[in-house]
Amino acid sequence: MNVDQQTLADLIDERLPRSMVRAIQSGYKGPGRFDVYLSVLQDRVPWSDRILMPFGDNLFVVVKPDGRRLVKCRCGHEFCPPDQNWKLDALIHVRDSEEALLEIFPRMMHGDPEWQEIREYFCPGCHAQLEVEAVPPGYPIVHDFVPDIDGFYEEWLGRRPPPS
Amino acid sequence: MAIQLDRAEAAIGWEGLRVHEMLDRSEQLFAQTGRYWGLERLELQTSDPIRYEKLFSRLRGGLVSARETALNISASPIVKEIGELCFMLYTPEGDSIALSTGIIVHVHTASDAIKYMVRRDYEDNPGIAAGDIFCNNDPMIGDVHNADVLTIVPIFWDRELVGWAAGVTHEIDIGASTPGGLPVGPISRYEDGLSFPAKKVGANDELFRDHVEAGKLGVRTPMYWTLDERTRLAGCHMARATVERVIREEGIDTYKQFIREVVEEGRRSFQKRVREMSFPGRYRSVAFNEVQFAEAERIPSYARMDTLMHAPTELRVDRDGVIEFDYSGSSSWGYHSFNCTPSAMQGAIWVQITQTLICHDKVNDGAQLGVRTILPPGTWTNHCNPQASSGVSWWFLIASFTTFIKSISRSFQARGFVEEVMAPYAFPSNVFQGGGIDHYGRPGATTNFGMSSVGVGAKMVLDGLDYGAAMWNPEGDMGDIESWEIIEPFLFLGQRVKANGGLGRHRGGAGYETLRLAWKTPFFEMQNIDHGKVFINSGLWGGYPGGAGYRHNVRDTNMLELIERGLPYPTHDGNPEESNVERMVTGRREFDQRTITLPEAMRHGDLYVCVYHGAHGLGDPIERPPASVQDDLNGGFLIPRLAESVYRCAISSDERGEWTVDPEQTAARREQFRSERGHTAVPVREWMAAERERILAHADGGGDFAEPVQRMYAESLRLSEPWAREFREFWDLPADFDFPVATPAVDMTRANLRRAAENEQ
Repeated sequence: MNVDQQTLADLIDERLPRSMVRAIQSGYKGPGRFDVYLSVLQDRVPWSDRILMPFGDNLFVVVKPDGRRLVKCRCGHEFCPPDQNWKLDALIHVRDSEEALLEIFPRMMHGDPEWQEIREYFCPGCHAQLEVEAVPPGYPIVHDFVPDIDGFYEEWLGRRPPPS
Repeated sequence: MAIQLDRAEAAIGWEGLRVHEMLDRSEQLFAQTGRYWGLERLELQTSDPIRYEKLFSRLRGGLVSARETALNISASPIVKEIGELCFMLYTPEGDSIALSTGIIVHVHTASDAIKYMVRRDYEDNPGIAAGDIFCNNDPMIGDVHNADVLTIVPIFWDRELVGWAAGVTHEIDIGASTPGGLPVGPISRYEDGLSFPAKKVGANDELFRDHVEAGKLGVRTPMYWTLDERTRLAGCHMARATVERVIREEGIDTYKQFIREVVEEGRRSFQKRVREMSFPGRYRSVAFNEVQFAEAERIPSYARMDTLMHAPTELRVDRDGVIEFDYSGSSSWGYHSFNCTPSAMQGAIWVQITQTLICHDKVNDGAQLGVRTILPPGTWTNHCNPQASSGVSWWFLIASFTTFIKSISRSFQARGFVEEVMAPYAFPSNVFQGGGIDHYGRPGATTNFGMSSVGVGAKMVLDGLDYGAAMWNPEGDMGDIESWEIIEPFLFLGQRVKANGGLGRHRGGAGYETLRLAWKTPFFEMQNIDHGKVFINSGLWGGYPGGAGYRHNVRDTNMLELIERGLPYPTHDGNPEESNVERMVTGRREFDQRTITLPEAMRHGDLYVCVYHGAHGLGDPIERPPASVQDDLNGGFLIPRLAESVYRCAISSDERGEWTVDPEQTAARREQFRSERGHTAVPVREWMAAERERILAHADGGGDFAEPVQRMYAESLRLSEPWAREFREFWDLPADFDFPVATPAVDMTRANLRRAAENEQ
């Protein structure tokens, strides 16, 4: 099923009836989806850098005019190259006490801070909560995703990635 | 005697080969060419595609029909209602061709069991002949845990082995050292219950009488066992009849050509699908689960410890569309029943990819050929210990595969398939399980499969499905209350939604809870099996995990008195901060986060709260539309306190208890909260510097990490050099840094591996 730009925008904005969402979920996946999604996203961001790939709910990998690739937030804040962990350049808030966990869970369902803490990662620019980790104290920050952008463009899409 | 000799002398494989030789040749050709049986061109598929598709549909239809018909023989709600069964068809070498709906994890485990029999030359002894029946439930051979029992039947055509039909059911009790089909209590395989390690159990289409009697004597629920075995056998025979009909009508040569082409097509279409749907690269996610045995006095002292399971999973999608699962860095196996074998892990991979990447009907072992796995020996993923228990492998396995859901969702979003994105699923627990004397005065046992309908992860464009599914069976069904009340001496006082879905822009699907009243039983030993100290994973892109579990059991209650006097009694626990059960019922109460317990007796009038989990959330919670928060409050999906502290909503309720969220005030609160985040949070690198000192303190015997946390790290550091190197480099620790705790299971692994290496030499 090929989904056009308007339909995809409506899907993202949750304006489609459930039956339509279901039909898209169950339908065959059209080969042009990546480009349609990219154009929907490019129209919505308040900056002009070319999006190379979506990188989560609020993050993107963009290519700068000088050819550098960066992880960038919807608000415009720029992190680091996509092979590095953007979380290291974020802000962090750690919930490692019962009191802090009870702000976000009902009592009895809040886990044990001796066993695990909740880490919240925020964008330094807009303070959006970009990721959450539930890990024991001392756990290395998880590097979620290192995309093979060149491999994707050249070998899967059959074209070179946009230079800028 | 003469027949035995004939059988041994005459090879049953194709073209005069032994089956073992066929398997070797198949594997050699795959290793040389990367293609199943080295097939370059799919002749039948390309020359006569309609006939090819019809062939697949007839086989697939026969398997689905076998399942839908045979399940009526069973009396167990697990099989009959929830559909914990599946029928599969294999090539002579044991590669799956097609499968029915149902618990499809076993498509690959049965493949392992068939290959085990082929490799060990069962062709010679005990012999493989038309009408034979084999049974396996050994996870070291090909299974997840003993309670999943496989029946396997060879299919012959003109004295040649042309395939195998297999069927699986999950048993309500397996005769383990503690009752039920998910026995938490065994600490070695000798306590895991009935064991049939790829045994011949019948001939001439009849089960051996000694096998039938052994089954009846070996479990607490002989009627269910017996009927489940009949279910599996009948389904296998129906599947075999389908194959025979197809061969009769299409010809044996066509059938032989078809089964090889269809596996190769499965491989090719899987890799194509990976390239269509995902994004090449390296993905990481980590999952955890817990074992609370430190206070379990009924098990031996060496097993009495709390354990934190560690599942760091790296998923690599290469440019050819091959997926690699790497579990390096996982923590050790242990003295509990949660250890896994490679067969279980690979079976679980099957379940995951068929529900995400290849969720159509034309799937078979071809997909397995497009997947590589690294399951390091000695870790819980591959215990490598002939004595270890794997009675409930699912406990670690299910938690660990939340990592795949999270990683593959990142790839779906990167490709624009936002409708496929999903935060991790909920763990299917608490498990309501036990055994004793039932309400008819008979001995019995139960494992309630209400857990097969927990919350599903939040999607990118929808909230998660509430109380709807479990990862191991795509057809979520909690079963009828009335059926469970026939088996279990516990009445349902109520069953309703639980506000435990993970919060986020989209919330995770909620779980539900049941309140059970022990009824007319002098004793029934009940367990709690749940995660209460940890969250198995976190949400996606800022979403929080679903709530952890808790236990609330009350013994020696005043319930019967309340009923007698016509006074109000609880029908649900509700918000545990204002627990109905605590408020309305007196008695000996266990109301805490100790959620993994060994069986303890309950009797007539006692209460058991069973909470099923909600799944994880997706996206920043303060981006959730106020109208959705309002719906959550009025639907019982959210406790009001969290609408304010997490969603930062301005809420009020009227005299009827109807909640309203004020959008304007909410927007202002959220703006202020967003700004506050900048003050309460710190730069990550600053925080890391302080954390490093905290970790380093352990080197000198100091440090403040709890013992299970330290042991988890020590096991991973000692079992995986690459993981250890990365851990030390990340925190800039000395090259010999370690946590000063003993890891006896790792020591045993090292000794076992050393012995194995010496034996090989």
